[in-house]
Amino acid sequence: MDYSHSLLSAIIFLPVFGGLFLFVIGRENKAVIKGIALLVTVLDFLLSLPLFIKFDKAASSMQFVEHYKWIPTFDISYYVGVDGISILMVLLSTLTAILCTLVSWNAIKDKVKEFYISLLLVEGFMIGVFCSLDMFLFYIFWEAMLIPMYLIIGVWGGPKRIYAAIKFFLYTLIGSVLMLVAIIALYLHTGTFDIVKLMSMALPYKMQIVLFWAFFAAFAVKVPMFPVHTWLPDAHTEAPAAGSVFLAAILIKMGAYGFLRFSLPLFPDASRAIAPFMTVLSVIAIIYGGIICFSQTDLKRLIAYSSVSHMGFVTLGIFALNSQGIQGGILQMINHGVVTGAMFLAIGMVYERTHTRQISDYGGLADVMPIFAAFFMLFTLAAIGLPGTNGFVGEFLIILGGFTANKTAGVFAATGIIIGAVYMLNLYQKIFFTGVNEGIKGLKDLTIREIVTLIPLIVLVFWIGFYPNAFLSFMDVSVGKLIVRVSADSLKAVLNVAVVH
Amino acid sequence: MTLANLRPMAPELILIALGLVLLMLDLICRKKEMLAIVTLIGAILAFYFIKGSHGGLFDGMFIADLYSNFFKTVFIINLLLSTLISVKYLDTERALHGEYYALLVFATVGMMTMASAGNLIVLYLGLELMSLSIYVLCGFLRNNIKSTESAIKYFLLGAFSTAILLYAISLLYGSTGSTDFNKIANAVAVMGAGAALKPLLLFSVALFVTAVGFKIAAVPFHMWSPDVYEGAPTSVTAFMSVGPKAAGFAIIGKIFFVAIFGLHVEWVKLLIPISVATMITGNVLAISQTNIKRMLAYSSIAHAGYALLGILTADGDGLTAAMNYMLIYMFMNVGAFAVVIMLRTEDFAGDELKDYLGLAKTHPLAAFLMMIFMFSLTGIPPTAGFIGKFYIFTALIHSGQLKLAVAGVLISVISAFFYLRVVMYMYMKDPEVETPVSDSLYLKVALAISVVMVIVIGVFPGKFIEFAKASLILQ
Repeated sequence: MDYSHSLLSAIIFLPVFGGLFLFVIGRENKAVIKGIALLVTVLDFLLSLPLFIKFDKAASSMQFVEHYKWIPTFDISYYVGVDGISILMVLLSTLTAILCTLVSWNAIKDKVKEFYISLLLVEGFMIGVFCSLDMFLFYIFWEAMLIPMYLIIGVWGGPKRIYAAIKFFLYTLIGSVLMLVAIIALYLHTGTFDIVKLMSMALPYKMQIVLFWAFFAAFAVKVPMFPVHTWLPDAHTEAPAAGSVFLAAILIKMGAYGFLRFSLPLFPDASRAIAPFMTVLSVIAIIYGGIICFSQTDLKRLIAYSSVSHMGFVTLGIFALNSQGIQGGILQMINHGVVTGAMFLAIGMVYERTHTRQISDYGGLADVMPIFAAFFMLFTLAAIGLPGTNGFVGEFLIILGGFTANKTAGVFAATGIIIGAVYMLNLYQKIFFTGVNEGIKGLKDLTIREIVTLIPLIVLVFWIGFYPNAFLSFMDVSVGKLIVRVSADSLKAVLNVAVVH
Repeated sequence: MTLANLRPMAPELILIALGLVLLMLDLICRKKEMLAIVTLIGAILAFYFIKGSHGGLFDGMFIADLYSNFFKTVFIINLLLSTLISVKYLDTERALHGEYYALLVFATVGMMTMASAGNLIVLYLGLELMSLSIYVLCGFLRNNIKSTESAIKYFLLGAFSTAILLYAISLLYGSTGSTDFNKIANAVAVMGAGAALKPLLLFSVALFVTAVGFKIAAVPFHMWSPDVYEGAPTSVTAFMSVGPKAAGFAIIGKIFFVAIFGLHVEWVKLLIPISVATMITGNVLAISQTNIKRMLAYSSIAHAGYALLGILTADGDGLTAAMNYMLIYMFMNVGAFAVVIMLRTEDFAGDELKDYLGLAKTHPLAAFLMMIFMFSLTGIPPTAGFIGKFYIFTALIHSGQLKLAVAGVLISVISAFFYLRVVMYMYMKDPEVETPVSDSLYLKVALAISVVMVIVIGVFPGKFIEFAKASLILQ
């Protein structure tokens, strides 16, 4: 396997060391700093492409595995690898990082050096989260990412950035420390931090329930699920464009990923028992997040609440506990990353010109910035799930899975799509049509750099929309394995046969 | 008895000689910086001799073993770091008196004696040597009223707690007939459920908890610490927020884990509410502080609470975790104080929180280092602070105290608020006044050591945990 035995480490640590390297560069060389950051993110993306090409879709085990002893006292190892669930998230992370660098190019003028250091560190730690197969390592990446993210929101954000940053930090930290206790308890019970080993162990039912809730505390905050979602609108709104994109595209996916990587396979019986409750929370998030969007006057805040709604779909799919639901959930994670990431990028571009996020300050933007309007239209359509775009495939699979698991939930979720169409089209109309607002006259349309930033996302929107199998085929085997793991014992035998053939 | 027989106490002897040399050198040497250099050399020499120190002396009154050597390592590194951060600071404060370094050295010898005590009397001697030296150090800025207040307060409460300790010792001696830890342990074991002497023993346990509680500033015996920490010279605050605290944990190991281990059911009952109250009080009160030294004082209280969590597991793993915590706490705390000292210049106190406004803009490196220490004190990976907490909570959950662990981690979230506020002040606000920073090679060395250790222990903790673990052949 030639060089691929250390490929994942290279992808994780290239941005980390790239970030550390920026320390030694003088802060006045802004162009050099930006150039290095872009170079590192592009290189990292190129490094991640072999993953995509060489990934064996038929194998159910972890791939590109690296396993070294790290802290022998606790049997902790540096253990990374990817399967069909995590590989797409790694790719999405490396791609997003490039876009974040590009969108910050002119927007960040103050403390440029610190910004790109933070950005690169976030990228490395995020990829680390998706690749970790050791719980301790996972927790290190999971928490370490808070530091640069806190700085990105708090230093380069909008007027209420400090409030948003501390809220983000404290919410996530409370969830995380409970997970830490659960991780330690799990280790003391089983004697290992090895996730792959844990996936084949059977824990006592009562313990599963307790641990499920502790992990839930961390993941639900990150997703964010309904009652603990309130940090997200603040963080999204106040963060600079790159921060919002990272938050929307990657960071909140970690919660959903956590459910898939830990909650379902480690506590299958508890997952089955608690799934109805999770479904209820998801449906509430879908409907409630959507309705709240109607009353938003701030552009970014509206998109932030729509994220709550969209992530509700993801968790609904995951806790449908059938293959359509989970595949749809994973695909929707990617979709939401692409579409909402694109939305925040686009808003960042226009904010750079107008310095306002109030919807009422816009109007008739289609006349002033026609190219921008066209891009935004495509993303809007993808967000409401028009057939042919990626949003349709994801939502369709999720609702299919949801129906199979619980008809009522499926019905309610479907109404969520209608609500989504209403507020998104309404938003589009307010911003781009009606009379041209005084304040936005004479704005320059998108530059080449900006168009280059958005094009990969457009490509993804249609690629996934027209040929979803290119992506679904990655997860088939892994999801199948997961389904077998979470199914009730009576079903297991039947499913096992199905998976083998 | 030949000199070779004294090998187990070589580090102490070197330091005592160093202290005496410093006192004499002070008379003939005008350049006080020389004294610091001599102190550093002497301390490094003593450090070098720790490794080969093994065995008992004076009929088991003084014992050098891996356990005491671990603490001696901590004490001497603390001495080194404190010396490094003192040089420029004393100059700025115009408090260049030669006794300063001698007192630091004698206080360290006191702590080392405590860690090596095999007997309650030796333990008491070490404690007094340490305490008396630090009382003087607190009041070292003679013309500063706060410094004087700090010394008086510390002296009165310190003396009070020492009296309580003596009372505890006498009761223990009265009920077991010995001052030797092992003999006491045997006597306690023999007594078992012996009803007659038990009330006396229990009373002595309570008094021990009180006296040690004073020394490590555990709630409700913490009242002295914020005032003392704020008033004392900053370099002394750094020294005493680690040294005496670690020494307190060293004697906890000796008394609670050896002498009266037979009564652990009782002292655990006492320590649980104390540790919870310590964590809550320290973290909650730190929120409202506007002076960074006071804030760090309350944070120091809170950290004693976490370390106590390791103690109340009443097993070796927990004690190791607490020892490991002290080692880590030393680097991050002295590092933070080093930055505070950096901000102290001729006509600028630099110890108010608002002095940190916009520091990232004016002094990016100082701000960056402070940020690392703050995140480490919060316990966020990949810094050493996380490893310390992780080990403590692992030991705690292992001993079956799951609820206490959940309470502990949740309380630790409170601390994120005020540590992050410092980061917020430095990075997210604009400077109000131009904050000057002092420039000193010694200070830079101390900062470099601290920050490197905080990161290295955070990323490669294996060796350090094993070091703490190997030190525990106590039982």
